Amino acid sequence: MMDDLSLVMPEVVLCGFGLLLLLIEAFLGEKSKSLLGILTLIAASSALFFVLRLSRLNGEAFFGLYSLDPLASLIKGLILVILVLITVASIRYVERENAIAGEYYPLLIFSTLGMMIMVSTTNLLTIFIGVELMSISVYVLCGMFRENVRSAEASLKYFLLGAFASAFLVYGISLLYGSTGSLDIRAYSEAISAGNYSSVLMLGVALITVGFAFKIALVPFHMWTPDVYEGAPTSVTAFMAAGVKTAAFVTFLRIFYTAFLPVIKDWGGVLWLIAVITMSYANLTALVQENIKRMLAYSSIAHAGYILVAFVTGERSLSSSIIYYLFAYAFMNIGAFTCVMLMERKGEENLDIDSYAGLSGKHPLLSLCLSIFLLSLTGVPPLAGFMAKFYVFSTAIKAGYVWLAIIGVLNSVVAAYYYLRVIMYMYFKEPVKEIGEIDLSSPYFLVVFICIFFLLYLGIFPRDLTLLAEGAVSVFF
Amino acid sequence: MKEYLGILIIILLSSLVAILIVGISYFLGERKPKKVKLLPYECGMTTIGPSRRRISVKYYIFAMLFLIFDIEVLFMYPWAVITKDLKLFGFVEMFIFIVILLIGYFYVWRKGALEWE
Repeated sequence: MMDDLSLVMPEVVLCGFGLLLLLIEAFLGEKSKSLLGILTLIAASSALFFVLRLSRLNGEAFFGLYSLDPLASLIKGLILVILVLITVASIRYVERENAIAGEYYPLLIFSTLGMMIMVSTTNLLTIFIGVELMSISVYVLCGMFRENVRSAEASLKYFLLGAFASAFLVYGISLLYGSTGSLDIRAYSEAISAGNYSSVLMLGVALITVGFAFKIALVPFHMWTPDVYEGAPTSVTAFMAAGVKTAAFVTFLRIFYTAFLPVIKDWGGVLWLIAVITMSYANLTALVQENIKRMLAYSSIAHAGYILVAFVTGERSLSSSIIYYLFAYAFMNIGAFTCVMLMERKGEENLDIDSYAGLSGKHPLLSLCLSIFLLSLTGVPPLAGFMAKFYVFSTAIKAGYVWLAIIGVLNSVVAAYYYLRVIMYMYFKEPVKEIGEIDLSSPYFLVVFICIFFLLYLGIFPRDLTLLAEGAVSVFF
Repeated sequence: MKEYLGILIIILLSSLVAILIVGISYFLGERKPKKVKLLPYECGMTTIGPSRRRISVKYYIFAMLFLIFDIEVLFMYPWAVITKDLKLFGFVEMFIFIVILLIGYFYVWRKGALEWE
């Protein structure tokens, strides 16, 4: 049993810190606010330390309910880096918006814990527990600003629709269990190759697709995304866009590439169509958004569509492009949302794109940073966003999905319009309204600079990460 | 697909029986509507006031907290049955589980959610 525990050390550390934080706030009260943020950073970095120490290990624990492999280690590393960045960006934000720190930080930790559990198992029941732990924490985080109507609406909407999607997921799991007698995803490909492919199993695959399509926000399961991303506190939005999407996508990838590749002809076509609709719908809708959080929400839906382009090919050896995309995507989104956090005022002001007009005159550094993130989201070299799109579309072409790649490239051209529009506002327009003082304190800029560093590093030297990602996706062979 | 035939038969039979029972009593039954028959049923007493009253939100907090600790006990039943076979390991696992919930209890208590006023 001790061996089992040593494999789950990152999770144990994170869980312990989360509980400790709850107690600290309960007994010390308001004065512990800044302490909690620092403790969250310590929790994330010690968990990261254990993830790095275990990164070369392969193993199973707790009777096969939990497993550690290169893919799990790599993604856990990314998720913890996301937690660190979000926490640093939150320190001043929580103070400014007067959020309840005693619930904010522990919920961030528990949500991260759920993500780590779901990416590091091959058992569907453990995946479900991870998904729920992640989701329930995020539902509460969305409603952190209780006095704000939009925040409460976002929380309730996300909760109701999320519970519905979880029902789809768990029903799909039960059908898979019913038709094969196993909850381990590795057993399904064997069962399918042995000829046990009934319509019940196919229905299970379909329901699981719906469950994950909701979590990743693919059209037509995206309805909640703009409202929730807009209403939630901006730091939570960044966390959702980067963390939740990464964890859900990797789990989705693991389930389908481990279990259902033999029957790709049955789900590949559906996902092909979903990818096309997702990219086109999200990009066209983003064109007319006036609120920057809503625009970034649609942009995150569109990016999920781009990732799906590589997903539908079913090429195991090329699926490292998905991992690369998730890394680039996480850093550009956290960076962009941090800039939005800097701009916004208490009570969700300054969120319309008009507020950004003429920003470069007063705050050249902030405009430059936001422009870098928007250019990376557009896909301009030498930033990581370009390499990510390049890998994803070249995967599609190599696998013979030329039309899908063409639709994807056309979509990223459309997307350039709404990203560049914000840059145009910042540099070529006169200020429309007074935006007030901007809190240019160091925690925000630390996050922004780390994100820019990673975007440049991954964009100019993509080889380091691609090697890691190729090692990670070798678990599918 | 053959093994699911039974489920189909049950669905058909049960809906048939339900339709029959409701339908027969609808067509053959005698109906004498009275005002008192349309009143909501409340322990057989005459009703006092409207039945859709507003309930204090505190009840919901208590109900939620009750639910959590209720489920905690539910998890203990299967554990208690095989606790001898699990030996020390099972005991420690359950201990950790209870400690985690206890921390939640402390949080709730310190936050004042258990006070009625």
